[in-house]
Amino acid sequence: MTFIAKPKVAHPSLPKNARGFTRRDYEGALSTLCAGCGHDSITAAIVEASWGLDIEPQNMVKLSGIGCSSKTTAYFVSGGHGFNSVHGRMPSIAMGANAANRQLSYIGVSGDGDTLSIGLGQFCHAIRRNLNMLYIIENNGVYGLTKGQFSASADVGTKAKKGETNFQPPIDPVLLAMTLGATFVARSFSGDKQQLVPLIQAGLKHQGFALIDVLSPCVTFNDHEGSTKSYAYTREHYEPAVHADFVPLEREISVDYKEGETVPVVMHDGSRIVLRKLDAGYDPTNRTTAAAQIQERMKAGEYLTGLLYLDVEPQKGAFHFVNNTPDEPLNSIPYEALSPGSQGLEKALARYR
Amino acid sequence: MPPVSPARVNDFSIKIATVNGTGSASANTLLMKSIFRSGIPVMGKNYFPSNIQGLPTWYEIRVTKDGHVARSGKIDLMVAMNPETYARDVKEVEPGGYLVYDSTWPRPALLKREDITVLGVPLAQLCNENFSGVRTRILMKNICYAGVLAALLELDLGHIRTLLAETYAKKPQLVESNMKAIQLGYDYARTHFPCPLPLRVEKMDRTAGHIMIDGNTAAALGCIFAGATVAAWYPITPSTSLMDAFKMFADRMRVDKQTGRKNFAFIQAEDELAAVGMVIGAMWNGARAFTATSGPGISLMNEFLGLAYYAEVPAVIFDIQRVGPSTGMPTRTQQGDIMLCAYASHGDTRHVCLYPSDPEECFYMAVQAFDLAERLQTPVMVLSDLDIGMNDWMCRDLKWDDSYRPDRGKVLGKEEVLKLEKFYRFIDKDGDGITYRTLPGVHPKAAYFTRGSGHNQYGAYTEDSADYQAVLDRLMKKWASARRYLPRAVIDATAGSKVGIVSVGSGDGAIREAMDVLKERGVALDYMRIRSFPFTEDVEKFLAAHELLFVVEQNRDAQLRSLLTLETAVDKSKLRSLLHYSGLSISSSFIVEGVLAELAPGARAQPSGAAHG
Ligand SMILES: Cc1ncc(C[n+]2csc(CCOP(=O)(O)OP(=O)(O)O)c2C)c(N)n1
Ligand code: SF4
Ligand SMILES: [Mg+2]
Repeated sequence: MTFIAKPKVAHPSLPKNARGFTRRDYEGALSTLCAGCGHDSITAAIVEASWGLDIEPQNMVKLSGIGCSSKTTAYFVSGGHGFNSVHGRMPSIAMGANAANRQLSYIGVSGDGDTLSIGLGQFCHAIRRNLNMLYIIENNGVYGLTKGQFSASADVGTKAKKGETNFQPPIDPVLLAMTLGATFVARSFSGDKQQLVPLIQAGLKHQGFALIDVLSPCVTFNDHEGSTKSYAYTREHYEPAVHADFVPLEREISVDYKEGETVPVVMHDGSRIVLRKLDAGYDPTNRTTAAAQIQERMKAGEYLTGLLYLDVEPQKGAFHFVNNTPDEPLNSIPYEALSPGSQGLEKALARYR
Repeated sequence: MPPVSPARVNDFSIKIATVNGTGSASANTLLMKSIFRSGIPVMGKNYFPSNIQGLPTWYEIRVTKDGHVARSGKIDLMVAMNPETYARDVKEVEPGGYLVYDSTWPRPALLKREDITVLGVPLAQLCNENFSGVRTRILMKNICYAGVLAALLELDLGHIRTLLAETYAKKPQLVESNMKAIQLGYDYARTHFPCPLPLRVEKMDRTAGHIMIDGNTAAALGCIFAGATVAAWYPITPSTSLMDAFKMFADRMRVDKQTGRKNFAFIQAEDELAAVGMVIGAMWNGARAFTATSGPGISLMNEFLGLAYYAEVPAVIFDIQRVGPSTGMPTRTQQGDIMLCAYASHGDTRHVCLYPSDPEECFYMAVQAFDLAERLQTPVMVLSDLDIGMNDWMCRDLKWDDSYRPDRGKVLGKEEVLKLEKFYRFIDKDGDGITYRTLPGVHPKAAYFTRGSGHNQYGAYTEDSADYQAVLDRLMKKWASARRYLPRAVIDATAGSKVGIVSVGSGDGAIREAMDVLKERGVALDYMRIRSFPFTEDVEKFLAAHELLFVVEQNRDAQLRSLLTLETAVDKSKLRSLLHYSGLSISSSFIVEGVLAELAPGARAQPSGAAHG
């Protein structure tokens, strides 16, 4: 297999965003995933979301671990730097990169194996640090790249392609993130672009750790009868609870939301997320009741989806806020401002005499 | 009457046996610093347990007018404060030496040796009578023995008072209570013993232009001066104090006075895998970043180190080596990671290593490590050890050249990228194996994809054999180029001998002292201290020019010797190992004996905990 470049000739009639870019400008190399893989739909949603956000491609930094899902960072926004690191350790790369330059947008793409098994520790600690990044789990219940073993998100009773049943209880990234204090927690489905695109936009704008667990069927190893992560099963058990519309600063709200059903949340830059409750009894700003409801519904075999929890003041616990780093990226502070010089050294050495 | 040793002015060793967590560290530092301030070269080594309170701990002070920096291997005065270790502490004193103990309770066992002078001081009683509170009494008992030693050795009480005043600048009442304890011990000794002893100090002027500093503090200062802005680590002895020192300096030197904003990010990671991942992420993104760890941490970092090597991302890692394998003896010293660091990770990997020998070199090599990492776009490991990192060493003043500017290596900015038709990450334009990189956020044209999977010179994914091999071969070319930038070996060939010593790191002081002793005994040797890996050309030359080479190192498996046989053309049979792996730092006598045993077999018995072979 070699590198396949996508031809970059844009048709003149393609619509342009505020920065003059077409959707093609947010694409990447040609995907090498299986035809029909859920991950490719998520890639398409990321392209759409980035274009819609008018992001400068070079300001997007794409990070991933290892897996079919992790490969996808090569398939979108080729104008941004990408780092396909090692299995389960993308959060630490993201932490370091973000520490060096807090001004860029960081998007991490991971799999359920990458996040919930080998990378569970780093995932948890990135949440605890409220690292400012969008973290997408492309969740298919299996290890795709190593040919279909159960992952830690496989449900009890789900069947592998070869027939064996899983008996171990799953780790649910959404519930886990909520208990760890995540400030933006969402679940979606690769097949629901309507829901996913604004979630990605909101997650990118969120000033803290934003998690989107995206159910993303593996057509090759986990799309059969008896699997709880197949397209058919997901469609059937998928229950939108809160729809999030992302409203950029420049645009007016065009949809007429009914009073009481919607919660507008203003982001740090003035843009808004408008939460539209599809389930009247669900409150996405209450961590405790939201978590309880997600769990309840899960017992009944339903996945609540949408923006399930949002902390409206996420910056407070965010890494750079706690560390008190300047707004200016650390990697661009001139050396002269970093070195105490020979006089500073002389002073520092006084106590060692 | 025990024999009285001849006068030994400014040339003897003291060992203080106490219990961990009783405040003896401040008493010992006080003693050592007051000697240092009297202008006399001094060495201090701390042997402490992996425990917070209760286990035995020792502190060794060597007063050395000739400026030796290693242990002598002999103890002339023992302060036996720990009943649990009395038996072995008594044994360790050289014939003609002295033993001070707390005579509040009778200790007949201590009086068993006829050949040493035993001096009992009722320290507990003195402190119980003069101080209240259990904790205070314990702490003051230790300060009190410092007073006893001040009288016995004729230390300058003025220096002691000044040092206390500096330590307790914000708590003047502590200066007074500490001075009171000093005086109690001092007066008791003056009244009951003939003071000073033949072992004593006399003012000199050999410490001007020097400092007493530990290697971790010096390395942390180096990171500050190198302009490091991201520090990530997971606590592990003996590396933790490097990060603590960095934080201390950064909090003082890197905080904007007006805004209170910090020009650094300090991240306590969840483990060493994450710590090194953060360093790699930060340096990939253009900040100078580092981590400090010890052997167990390096073991965990292996996968990431391979990624950084192959994906060509700079990183700086300080390995403060301790005794292994596994948890080993975490508070004892060893040079046990030489092989591990040289080839850390799977596949064809090899890493640039620097081997500082003392705190002074830790400072300069820390700065150099960042320049090398960015110049060579690869991880650089600085192999210090517990002995260098956690003990106070007398070193020359650290100097800073204000004209220094970081070498950021081959990084293309926006303007430069825009001039190119297309930017490719791994094209060897200059023929030195070092290619050009860009930083995120510059321009879409500068973007590239970093991966540990097979990639070609354009940075694209490949599983093509030829493309893959081309990259591996270029990495070897880069490895060869690295030699150009690395610190050369320190070579002393004044003896013009056919026999030489080869070593790395902290054994340096012991070796140089041993060479003096051997010379007096008619055995003059050449000496090469290697300072970096890959080995520079001068290493190969030195090896070739000598017929017999003693490879002195502090591990069981002769790791430096192995590395030399793998990476140079040296004839194995020329290399004789002197291996010290007791967990204590190597002493000059060990080397003297080892060399003589080889050159004059049967001359001396082999000490335990070590092997010659
Ligand atoms: C240290 C290490 N162990 C094992 C592997 C092999 N491996 C590659 S991908 C993968 C699982 C990926 O599963 P997931 O994250 O769910 O991604 P998917 O392929 O399903 O999208 C494994 C175990 C590896 N690359 N590195
Ligand atoms: S194996 Fe599964 S996860 Fe991997 S590309 Fe194919 S469909 Fe997608
Ligand atoms: Mg998976």
